[in-house]
Amino acid sequence: MIILVASLILFLVGLYAIITKRNMIKVAVGFSLMEYSVNFLFAIVGFRPGALPPILQVVEVGKVYSDPLPQALVLTAIVIGLGVTAFMLSLILRLYNRIGSFDLEEIKRLKG
Amino acid sequence: METFPVLLIAIPLGGAFLVPILYKAWKRLAEIVAGLCLAAVLALSIYLAFFLVPGKPLVYLFGNWPVPLGIAFAVDRLSAFMLLVVSMLVFFSYLFAIRYMDHFTGSGKFYTLYLLMLVGMNGVVMTGDLFNMFVFMEIAGLSSYALVAFGTEADELEAGFKYMVMGEIASLMILLAIALIYAATSTLNLADISRAFAAMDKTPGFWFVLILLMSGFSIKAALVPFHSWLPDAHPSAPAPISALLSGVFIKVLGVYAMARILFNVYGVSRASYPEVFNALLILGLASIIIASLLALYQKDYKRLLAYSSISQIGYIVLALGIGNELALIGALAHILSHSLGKGLLFLTSGSVVYRVGERDITKFTGGLGKQMPWTSLSYNLGALSVAGMPPFLGFFSKLFIILGAVKAGFIVPAVVAGLFAVVTLGYLLKITNKVFWGKEGIGGIKESPFVMVFAMVCLVVLLVAGGAFFFWLKPHLLQPAADVLLRGTEYADIVFRIGAGG
Repeated sequence: MIILVASLILFLVGLYAIITKRNMIKVAVGFSLMEYSVNFLFAIVGFRPGALPPILQVVEVGKVYSDPLPQALVLTAIVIGLGVTAFMLSLILRLYNRIGSFDLEEIKRLKG
Repeated sequence: METFPVLLIAIPLGGAFLVPILYKAWKRLAEIVAGLCLAAVLALSIYLAFFLVPGKPLVYLFGNWPVPLGIAFAVDRLSAFMLLVVSMLVFFSYLFAIRYMDHFTGSGKFYTLYLLMLVGMNGVVMTGDLFNMFVFMEIAGLSSYALVAFGTEADELEAGFKYMVMGEIASLMILLAIALIYAATSTLNLADISRAFAAMDKTPGFWFVLILLMSGFSIKAALVPFHSWLPDAHPSAPAPISALLSGVFIKVLGVYAMARILFNVYGVSRASYPEVFNALLILGLASIIIASLLALYQKDYKRLLAYSSISQIGYIVLALGIGNELALIGALAHILSHSLGKGLLFLTSGSVVYRVGERDITKFTGGLGKQMPWTSLSYNLGALSVAGMPPFLGFFSKLFIILGAVKAGFIVPAVVAGLFAVVTLGYLLKITNKVFWGKEGIGGIKESPFVMVFAMVCLVVLLVAGGAFFFWLKPHLLQPAADVLLRGTEYADIVFRIGAGG
């Protein structure tokens, strides 16, 4: 439960950064924070207290094994996160070349 | 037929890989290969949409792992219907793009992103695995962010950035919901999650996950009040991409994914979860009313159409919120008619921009209808269909939504839906009035090249044919797709029966 709350707090910190920060680089950092919070949650979901690694040659009845699947999911999520971060930073860089600023207030030309 | 689901992913994915290589050698060859890929996808989707046996979905097991273990694709009639909608518009937009993209440099990259977007959308519709759905959503999403910013002018980059921020917040909300669902059920297969949910108490956590999912998909579908990115993002993209984004993208990533998860995984029905349905009803009504009124004040050709998209998405979500059989058939028919109609309108905007180079309708002096008769005709007929005038397809889709609302006893939503069809006609005729009608025109403008006109005329023909043969389409295409939603959690039993044998 504590872990759930911790990852939720990290998620909200990232969301806070995205919503309130004017610097686009900080917005990108906020996205990384949100991604890590979800990855953290995934990694922790597979954990069982006192569990054995799930490498089964003979199934031992009554033993607890940890869940291997979340690790595969986290790896996929990290790769997607990499793509998102890379693309976002390149978009920010192109915007910087056009406008000469990382400030979101200065590029607010389109309105909803 | 067993391998169709894989082919529908593999063909465009292979095309996306080949196109930039061939583009170095010979530009036209790359375009032809991309076109062949899209034609193949269209042919497979047409076959699936009409010949897949209802109630007997194709379940493709990757690596032959039986259903709850591995990743499975489950293509039922709803998926097949969405595949048809997607691949039709993608094909005709491609025809339009061949000439339209002459304006731009780097069209090899354009076709790569175009095909990747198709891969993402096809994957979202076919997959039977929640995390897999997220992965495909990100493939489609990332390529669409790149396509919105394709012009690389300041405005386009800004719109792309804004779109990306909103889209990624939505994706991360969905990913968080997926992590919580996995924590609670230890499975990712949609059918298996559905069974686990059936045995679960409705704790606050359960509702939290549902709200996260619905907010995420509402952002993807650009429902009011989550719509602020759409009127910037869709007009900034090149016209064929605007057509795709407004025509199918928001429907696949937003409406389809939401409907699939709500109806088939949660197994909601109006009796068991009235709160969810009322929320959908309110979101739909808010989108219809607010976006229509905002559309009336727009001066930009494409921005007006973008607001119109939000309001038409509102009709679809309203119909999902009503949730009876008539309304669901209306919702699916509206997905079809709006994707063809709004795709067509965005293509006409591309045709006007191609020849005139101007999007601000206050700067037009009218009379373009004389010089560009086919574009003008396509726009006017498309506008009539989107507004819901007989005898076009759009008339029947709105009619069924209103009939469903009346039958379920929602008189106010029915009246609003009927009334705002007229408002829709009002703001769409604004463009007709300023751009196409009138005597004097801008000198030296002639009709767009043949392929562009051909793409638009094909869509007009489909809209007219859809209206004329609606009562043939209804039992053969719409009814089986609506049944998938109506049967709810029976989806899980069917997928298990076919997929668990291995």
